[in-house]
Amino acid sequence: MSRYDYPRPAQDEITPRPLFLSRRQIMAGIGASAASALTRRVAEADTLKTHPGPYSAALTPTPRDDVQNYNNFYEFGMDKGDPAARSGGYHPFPWTLEISGLVQKPQQIDVADLLRSADLEERLYRMRCVEAWSMVIPWNGLALHKLLERVEPLPQARYVAFESIVRPSEMPGQRDDFSGITWPYREGLRLDEALHPLTFLAVGAYGESLPNANGAPLRLVVPWKYGFKGIKAIRRIRLVAEPPPTTWNQLAPQEYGFYANVNPEVDHPRWSQAQERVIGSHSLFGEKRQPTLMFNGYSEQVSSLYQGMDLREDY
Amino acid sequence: MRITEGSSKGKKLRYGVTKHWRFVLYPLGLLPALWLLKQGIDGQLGADPVNVFERELGLWAFRFLVLCLCVAPLYAKTGLNFLRYRRLLGLLAFFYASFHLVAYMGLDAGFNLSILLKDMTHRPFTILGMTAFTALLPLALTSNRWAMRWLKRGWKRLHLLVFPAALCAMVHFYLSFKTLNDMSAFYGALMLCCIVVRVPKWMKGIRKTIPYGRAI
Repeated sequence: MSRYDYPRPAQDEITPRPLFLSRRQIMAGIGASAASALTRRVAEADTLKTHPGPYSAALTPTPRDDVQNYNNFYEFGMDKGDPAARSGGYHPFPWTLEISGLVQKPQQIDVADLLRSADLEERLYRMRCVEAWSMVIPWNGLALHKLLERVEPLPQARYVAFESIVRPSEMPGQRDDFSGITWPYREGLRLDEALHPLTFLAVGAYGESLPNANGAPLRLVVPWKYGFKGIKAIRRIRLVAEPPPTTWNQLAPQEYGFYANVNPEVDHPRWSQAQERVIGSHSLFGEKRQPTLMFNGYSEQVSSLYQGMDLREDY
Repeated sequence: MRITEGSSKGKKLRYGVTKHWRFVLYPLGLLPALWLLKQGIDGQLGADPVNVFERELGLWAFRFLVLCLCVAPLYAKTGLNFLRYRRLLGLLAFFYASFHLVAYMGLDAGFNLSILLKDMTHRPFTILGMTAFTALLPLALTSNRWAMRWLKRGWKRLHLLVFPAALCAMVHFYLSFKTLNDMSAFYGALMLCCIVVRVPKWMKGIRKTIPYGRAI
């Protein structure tokens, strides 16, 4: 089995072990408490059968509570706590993922089947938000190229367009919305980016099915791009010839590009992208800052995709 | 509806807060900051504590500034007299703006000079925030009887700086969100009202406008 060489993070980048362990103890201890009841309800957690996949670096995951309770998922509201707090009425299953467009064999995929598939991998990825914070998350799912190969893209397919669900009855953020987003949320990748072995479709995290707040039932994970590229609750994937419109780019094109590759040298117009706040310490005075890495630390794997491109132009 | 200059004739107006109340109201106004600090130290500010701390302090600064600017129009339109709390509100706005600035420079940017310099020279968002703070600084420094007496009529003119400060703060506040939301819409609109409501008076060019821009 092929192992990939992987850039190991520095020791001080890793969430301190005592902190991680103490959280585990806390989690174990509060089984009956309201907090864990809430998490469970939101998560509807099913344990997944997964095996470790390639690219899983020696990183220590961010405390699961933070990953599940600190999200941008505007379908449920604009506050970071909204996705966990306001997604209780969202019941994703049954869910059909449609893959169509410029393909030989369009498919309707039952996502429940995907969850039961024996093929699920775990990938421990860094996640860097465009807002300059970062996490490390163990995702469960499968490489996107596996699904795309099944539908056999036609030669004229150059881009992949993703579309999220529109379900205002279950998603309060789609009802009372000031953001100016026109639903559904849309994202897109170049076909070669989508076929890259790092590009991942997650149906779970931390060994359990994806919590609502994290984009149940399935979401995209592109670890070398800013988090907003990781579209959640994907309903439709289409292969297309032209660059598809993407939500944040439509909303503020001068701030959010189509590529949105993590790049410490290209700042957001309103803030620096040179460093990031590491989520997980919960400490006001001891919160960790670390320099942001080019392509979020995945340069070796992906920089060839952008050879010859001006990353300041195509941000 | 005019206020007579308080002295020998007419009713004497009380400027500022009476001594006893001062000792209650200032600590009361600083309570949110202490509470945030306590929560921060106890690790209760959530997953991204520095960000929450910094934003909350900024929000409180903005709240007090809005309240401060509400005082005069409220008096002019309804007769409700909170004039004596205006200095308190203005100073609280300044205190919170200072906390906000220190949190940004220290906790957020980690006193990283290259980041701070770039922010202050390249990003309108930060420049606007700094401009608002810089405009508030001389107002805070001259918020005392002694400075009022020393500056005489200049004091009034100086304190018109509160309006550019408010405008900058408002745009800075809007820009601090990725998109428009209910809270930014509400506070921003309120601030805009406070400014717009004064425009007719300014248009008339009344120098002796009382109580607008008055030394209170």
